[in-house]
This record gives sequence, structure tokens and C-alpha cells, in this order.
Amino acid sequence: MAIPVYATPLERVWIYVYRVICALILMFLIAPILIIVPLSFNAEPYFTFTERMLAFDPAGYSLRWYDLLLTFGMQSAEAPRDWAWWADAWSNATWVGVARNSIIIGFFSTLVATVLGTIAALGLSRPDMPFRRGIMAILISPMIVPVIITATGLFFFYSSIEISKWGIPYLGIVLAHATLGIPFVIITVTATLVGFDQSLTRAAQNLGATPARVFFAITLPLILPGVVSGALFAFVTSFDEVVVVLFIAAHDEQTIPRQMWNGIREQISPAILSAATILVVVSVGLLAAVEMLRRRSERLRGVTPS
Amino acid sequence: MFLKRLMATTALTALIAGAATAQEITVMSWGGAYATSQIEAYHKPFAEKTGIKVISVDADNPATPIKAMVEAGNVTIDVADIEMSNAIRLCDEGLIEPIDAASLPAAPDGTPAVDDFVEGSLTDCAVASIVWSTIYAYDGAKFPGEKPTTMADFFDLEKFPGKRGLRKGAKANLEMALIGDGVPATDVYTMLETEEGVARAFAKLDSIKSEVVWWEAGAQPPQLLADGEVVMTTAYNGRIFNAAVDEGKPFEIVWDGQIMDFDLFVIPKGAPNKDAALEFIKFSTDTQRLADQAKWISYGPARLSSGPLVGTFKDGKTEMAPHMPTAEGNLKNALVNGFDFWADRDTELNERFAAWLAKG
Amino acid sequence: MADLTAGRLQTVEGMPLKQALAIAQRRSKQRAFLLVAPLLLFIVISFVIPIGQMLYRSVYNPGFADHMPRLTAWFEQNAGAPTEAAYEALVLDLQDAAAARTVGIVGTRINYDMSGTRSLFTGTGRKAKDFVPPYQDAVLKADRKWADPQLWSVMRAAAPRHTAAFYIAALDRTRDVDGNIVAVGEERQIYIPLFFRTMILSAVIAALCLLLGYPVAHLLATLPMRWSNLLMILVLLPFWTSLLVRTTSWMVLLQSQGVVNDIFVSLGIVDEEGRIQMIYNQAGTIVAMVHILLPFMILPLYSVMRTIKPSYVRAARSLGATSWTAFRRVYFPQTVPGIGAGVLLVFILAVGYYITPALVGGTSGTLISNMIAFHMQDSLNWSLGAALAAILLAAVLLLYWLYDRLIGIDNMKLG
Repeated sequence: MAIPVYATPLERVWIYVYRVICALILMFLIAPILIIVPLSFNAEPYFTFTERMLAFDPAGYSLRWYDLLLTFGMQSAEAPRDWAWWADAWSNATWVGVARNSIIIGFFSTLVATVLGTIAALGLSRPDMPFRRGIMAILISPMIVPVIITATGLFFFYSSIEISKWGIPYLGIVLAHATLGIPFVIITVTATLVGFDQSLTRAAQNLGATPARVFFAITLPLILPGVVSGALFAFVTSFDEVVVVLFIAAHDEQTIPRQMWNGIREQISPAILSAATILVVVSVGLLAAVEMLRRRSERLRGVTPS
Repeated sequence: MFLKRLMATTALTALIAGAATAQEITVMSWGGAYATSQIEAYHKPFAEKTGIKVISVDADNPATPIKAMVEAGNVTIDVADIEMSNAIRLCDEGLIEPIDAASLPAAPDGTPAVDDFVEGSLTDCAVASIVWSTIYAYDGAKFPGEKPTTMADFFDLEKFPGKRGLRKGAKANLEMALIGDGVPATDVYTMLETEEGVARAFAKLDSIKSEVVWWEAGAQPPQLLADGEVVMTTAYNGRIFNAAVDEGKPFEIVWDGQIMDFDLFVIPKGAPNKDAALEFIKFSTDTQRLADQAKWISYGPARLSSGPLVGTFKDGKTEMAPHMPTAEGNLKNALVNGFDFWADRDTELNERFAAWLAKG
Repeated sequence: MADLTAGRLQTVEGMPLKQALAIAQRRSKQRAFLLVAPLLLFIVISFVIPIGQMLYRSVYNPGFADHMPRLTAWFEQNAGAPTEAAYEALVLDLQDAAAARTVGIVGTRINYDMSGTRSLFTGTGRKAKDFVPPYQDAVLKADRKWADPQLWSVMRAAAPRHTAAFYIAALDRTRDVDGNIVAVGEERQIYIPLFFRTMILSAVIAALCLLLGYPVAHLLATLPMRWSNLLMILVLLPFWTSLLVRTTSWMVLLQSQGVVNDIFVSLGIVDEEGRIQMIYNQAGTIVAMVHILLPFMILPLYSVMRTIKPSYVRAARSLGATSWTAFRRVYFPQTVPGIGAGVLLVFILAVGYYITPALVGGTSGTLISNMIAFHMQDSLNWSLGAALAAILLAAVLLLYWLYDRLIGIDNMKLG
């Protein structure tokens, strides 16, 4: 935000104050994330900075919690770290297993939520949609019902239809997470469609395109930002969800947040901070990569950076 | 591509696991160090002896999934480890299978199981494995001079200033408040049956309310002590023991006014592998196994005959016997949880407790 | 060509235009609906039905009727005080229930409404097989509590399968001896105060989020893209980080031996004795929840603000408005949809949260969701939990409806 030339001295002061305020708020947002990084190297099993850590004594720091992420749940954690050890960690380590589950469940529930949600949003944003308000309310409702109610309701429902005996792994939990993610997809995609120029699709239809072609060649590229951000919301919803997992996930379908819940409730261990640090590093990497790609495509298209 | 391969591998492992399920049972417990102690003392030897694989599952409170599973007709666990008051309740409601106490193995000297178990630790449907207790512990470093020794000291803010930790719930707090107010342990429940007794307990809690930090999960009290958030806190004795012995923290347990409770094995009604589950319970609650568990956690065995067999902690040097709630020296002024009392008054007193808390 | 001779507009096929239009419109409606149908079906099956089933438990509790059929029948046919026939029904039912090990279900059900009666049922149930007529004397000899008229009043109220009893309890009411609904004693009034506290706390959290989120969203929306995207990472990062981890790190920061207090002490703002209690109370809940929900406020605000053209404000300035007036009259009104969406989102999410309050809430920061979770998971009184949930849901739906009336749900945007 550049300072306009016509700004009065008072306004100039205000703009600087305003920037300081914003910096403080952003610090408020980021401080709790930063604080977990040093704590994840704590040599003691508690969440506080020890004297030795504050004195920057190397003995106060250790990698033991990162190590625990790999060794916890392994068959023979003490064995020499050769190929067999890593194979053991891959197939038996609890945290590796829950990470795998989280990714699988997140991916498939996002897929279901995004596909169904985008198609429905197309219908909802048509001017002729009947019972619009009512249907919208129903579709958004998973977001407004407290999740503890949803979780218990789903538990009974899934038990009564015996979903665990259908032989499809992760089915119940994927459908549940898809349900929770759908409102986010609907909201973002319909918002994108509000400003959508319908004459573009009509032109395509006039030129003889099939509905499917219109969708993939015209509509989808234009609404893609909305779809992607909806999908991201859906993925985060699944990736961070613990209550539904507590209620309905089978013992081999536990996720990262569920394991963290254990780490807070039953056996407090900074391992959850190590896991969180790794996730933070991964997400910073992802976000940075997305930004790099965006800049690159800008450069390639010859757009002046905005 | 990666994900696809991942899916394929997972599906494959699931398939192999499925094919190999000649016999396996699922045991639900509380997680943490407690579940670890069970895996070491019961699950592994059981699998070795019978070839039946034991899968350990965690729950925040295993009684909840039992009720939900049985009502929904979708029972996926075979054995669960629950508290006494829940065991009584679930048994009365027909949600768990009856277990004939006479079928349990006798003690090595031939004493039948019914007489070998601690009095009151067997019910129609459940077999106790451990005696645990709610005690209070303090940070020794915070009291260089005189140290707290009685329940009354816990409520004495003048003599021992500093924050207190208490569990957020009525159970154990009301009893401790009365003991701290000078009521002998034996009279506590008769007193709590009356309105005056309840009022007196709440009044005692009122006297320290402003200095209390409330905890909910068993792992929190050692954390609160270690962080210096509180100088003394009620806790489950095993948790404090692990922090003190395993991590070398200067925490001390005060056994005066301890409230003992049992954890029991039960079989949910409609368990998929009922026979194997019963086999597992018989195996796990024999004299030697119960004594073995003490190697990993400081909870007392529920069998009298296990007492002398209790050895040292896994570090090989700490004698476990004096750390058991059932040790002779720790039993003075001890109270056994009033299971029937709480089964009856649980809802009312917890609502009252919540209302008392909310009053700020 | 339209044929005008008939005096009406017609299509090529000779159909009246009005009718043709109606058909086309109907077809278009059908097409729109068909697009929505798969998702609607999915949500109805995977969400509406399960929730409905769950909420049905708040009015349907067959615990008494299923296991005490004779006594239930007696209640249906007779009014007034229990007779020997009633006691006979009671004893026969208790005998059956004890044999089927279901007497605990009945006891638990009655215990919900009248504390301390659970063991009365299980205890008498154990002895019931030895009772001989006259049953009234036998029962009263076993336990005098059976003579209590309040007990019979509670049993009569619990007998129907469909009951409002759980809503009565959820509103801090109970039935007296004559079956009238009265408030429970003051020391047990908990749910209504908690409902109010939940609403107030959620409103405070939403307001704070707005206060903190508005300037940041504005900054992000007005900065050049390359800068705003970098700052956006700071907003998205907490959003990506697990709720549990963020709650934990607030414990580390705010506790009395925590980082913030340590900084205060070393700066000399407070002394060693005067460390501020910032967690395990309402303050802790508010700080942690504002942090967790702030991205939900910033993202919708940001997406609305990005679409506001800076030329409007410039035009206002060039027409002589001060910067404050330009903001108040031109910029701010255009951001209202974003504010609405953000506030609604944050408020609704805050109402339903229970993990964070459970971990950092202490005594004064507990919310109604914690009570729902308590009844779902600890006391196992699912009907009461469902009744509380239904009331909460009704309140949220009312707000949603108001929002839709005032701002319109279509204006809700997220990023």
C-alpha cells in the first residue's frame, strides 16, 4: 500500500501506525507457530523452556522426539539402522502409519467433496434453481452443526448400516470428512460463480460445444481458483479433524490429529511438537512452491508483476 | 502415482493381515504408559503362549465405546479395561457379558480366585487387574522446609501457599475435601449421603477455589507440576511415579487420604471372539501376570497372592512394593471409592459441581 | 414464424409461446436441480439422516417402557397413587428385568430425573424374585424409598416412550411431586447460564476477530500481489497447523511460568509474585479461540476487499471527503458482505468448539459444547446430550436464518 501523494501529515503518521498494528497482529498469528519449533528440540518430556535451553546449552536440546516419531511402535527399534530397520519403521511406526492414513483420507475426502461440491455449485448458481435457499441451507449445515453432534450421529448411522463390513477401507471416515468439507467447497465455488459471465458458456454452446466440453474448456478454467481454494479448505478440514476420527475411525484408520490428541491427553510428549514442526516446514514449502509457480507463469505470460 | 502405489500397498497389507486372522482379539484400554504396561505384561506373553494376536486400541474412556457399540449392534472389540463404577453400571444394563469368578485360575497356593482377589474387586461381569489410586503430590523443590504430609495440608493455603491442581469433576474431590476437613475416611460416604455433608465438602473446596488449576486428563498433573503451574496437585499415583522415577523429577506422593479404585477387564456383549477374550482375561489376571505388570507401572495387583511377587521397576533398581497403593504404609486413612454411591449420585453431583465451578 | 392469425404468439411448432416458455423454464429448472441432486442426496444420506436419528434420541427414550411393560400399562390405565396392582406390576417387571439383566437401564433412566434411585432399582431387583404377595408390603419392607410420591411421579413421567423430560432437564427444570415443571435448585442450575455464556463468549470472540482481522485483510488486499502473497503465508500457516498444536503452544506461552509472563518479568512489567493468570480461565479461552478462528475472518474479508476498486475511494477524496469519511461512507459499506460472512463463520465455529475450551478453559471458560461432550462421553446420558445439542442447533439455525435475511447467504465468500 503506497502512501498517496495527497496524504496529509496526520494521515502519513496514521499509515505508519496502521502498519505497526498489522505487524503486531501478524505476529500474534505466527508466534504460537514459531514457539513450537525450538520446543520440539527439548531434551525433557515437557512443553516448557528449561534453564538449559534458555542458556543455549547444547545439552538442553536433542532430537529425541524426532527419533521417537520414527521408533514409536516399531517391532525392533533398537536394531542397527540398516535397510530392515527403515522397512520396519515404514510398516510399523505409529506416526508413519497415521501420516499415511491422514494423507489417504484427506486426499479421497477432498476428491469427493470437490467433485460433488463443484457440480452442485454450478446448479446452485443457475438463475432457475428451485428451492435455492432451503437447499443451500441443507448443504451448508455440516458446517453449522457442532461437530460432536455430527460425530455421534455418524457413529450410530454407520454402525446401523454396518459400513465397516463392506470391505472398503477408510470408507466411513472418508465420507464423513467429505461431508464436513463440502460447505467450504460450495461457498467458495458459488462465490466465484457470482461474477461469472454466463454469455461465455452460451457463446460456446452456440458454437456447437457439448455441455461437457463447455464445462472443461470454458467454465472450469475460469472458476479454477475457487475450486482449488475450496479443495484446500476441504483438505485442511480433513487433515485437522479429530472428533469424528475419535468416534468412528477403526484402530487402523487413526490420523495425525488423533495421535496428537493421545499426545496431549494420555501421554504428554513433545513428539507432537516435532510432528507439527515437520508439518509446518512442509506447508511453508508447499505455499512457497505455489507462489514460485505463480510468479513463473506470470513471467512466462509476460504479465508485469502486480 | 505415489498415492496409487501407497493405496495398493495398504490394500495389500490389509489383505494379508485379513488372511492371517486365524485368531486375534482386540483389547481396548486407556493408552499411554498404562497401555504399554499391559502390552508388555499381558499381550505379548499371551500371544506367545496361545498364538492369538492381541491388538491394542486406545480410547479416552473405554466405557463409552462399549455402550455405543452394543446399542448399535456393532461390537468390534473383545476385551475392554474400564473403571469400577462403569463396570457396575454396564453390568446392570446388560451391556457386558457375565464372567463366572469361579472359573478364574486359583492362586499358586491353591486359594480359589474368589478369595484371592482384593475384597470387592470382582463383580458379576468384571475381573479387576489393578488397584490404582487418586493421591496428591507436591514438588519437593518448592517446600524446602516443612513438607505436606496430610490431606488437611493440601487445603491449607497459609501453611503451604501456592496453586493447587484438581481434577475437573466431582468424584474424588468431594471425598478429599471431607477428609481434608477432618472427617475420618470411614465416615466420608455416610456424610456425603446427606445434604449437609455435600455442602460441607463444597465449602471446603470453596476455601481453595481461587487457587485451583483444573485438569482433565491423567497426563496433565505431572505436566502442571513440572511447569511450576501448581505446587501440589491431585493425580493418579502411577503418573507421578513415572515422572519421579523415569524422569527424575522431585515429586513426592502424599498417601494420606488416598482414594483407591479398580480397573477391570470386561467383555462387551456380542464380542466377536468371546471365547478367546475369556481366555485372555483368565491368563492376564493370574497371579504372576498381575505381579509382572508392576514392573512397568506403579499400580497394585488386584490379587493378594501377587503382592509378594512384585519385583523391581524396569530400571532394575527401584523396588516397586512401597510404591503400590496397597502397600501397608500407604493404607493409613485410605478410602475405597464408593462405587455404588457414585453410580447413584454421579449425574446430580457432577451437575452441581459444574454449577459450582461456573459461579466463578 | 409466429402465427399471429390466432391472436396469440406461437412457436414454429405451433405451440403457444407462453406454454413453450414454461416448458423451457421447467427444463432449465430440472437441469439445475439435476446438477445439485447428487450432492443433495449425499448430504441427506451421510448427514441429515444421521443427525436426525441422533436428535430423535432427545425425545425418544424407551428405557423404562421396554423393560417395565406392566407398570407402563398400569400408568396408562390409572391415575393417582399406586395401588396393590401397581406394586404387583412393579415386582413382576423387576423380576423379569433382573433376570434379563436390564434393571440397570430402568434405574439409570429414573436416576436421570431423580438422583439416588439407581441403586434402589438394582437393589430391589436383586431381591424381587423372593417377593410374595401382598407385594406392596414386600416392596416397602425391602426399601422404604418406594413409598416416596415423588418417585412415582417421576416414573409416571418416564413411562411414555416419547418424552420432553430431557428438554426439561436441559433447561434447568424438573418435575415436582405433582408433576409440575419447576426450576431446579440454584446450586444445580447449569445449562441456561452456560448457553448464555457460550453465546456471549462466541460473540466476543467474533468481535475480536473482526477487530484484528479487518486491518490485516485490508493490508493484504491493498498490497501488491507479490507482497500480499508472502504475508498471506503468515495467515495460512496457522490455519494449516493442527488445532491441538496451537492450543498446546498457547498453554506454553500463557501459563504463569510461561513465555509471555517470563518476558513481562524480565522487562519489569510485573514482578515475580505478580505473574498474570492468563490461561485456564476465560481469557485463555478467548485468546486461543481468537487465534484459531482469525483466519476464518481474514479470508472472507480479504476476498471481498480485493474486488473493491481503489478508484472509488480516490474519487471520494477528489470530491473533498476526508480519509475517514471516504473510509466510512465508501469503503466500509462495500466490505459488509465480507464482515457478515466472517462474523457468522467465526461465531458458528466458536459455538461448536469444545476441544480448546476443554484444554485451556479452566472453570470460567467452559462452554455448552463441553457439557454435550460430557453427556456423550462420560455420563452416557445421550438423550440429554441430544436435547442440549438440539437447543444449540436451533439457536445457530435462527442466527443463520437472520443472516440470510439481512445479508444473504450468497454473499458469503472464503478466499
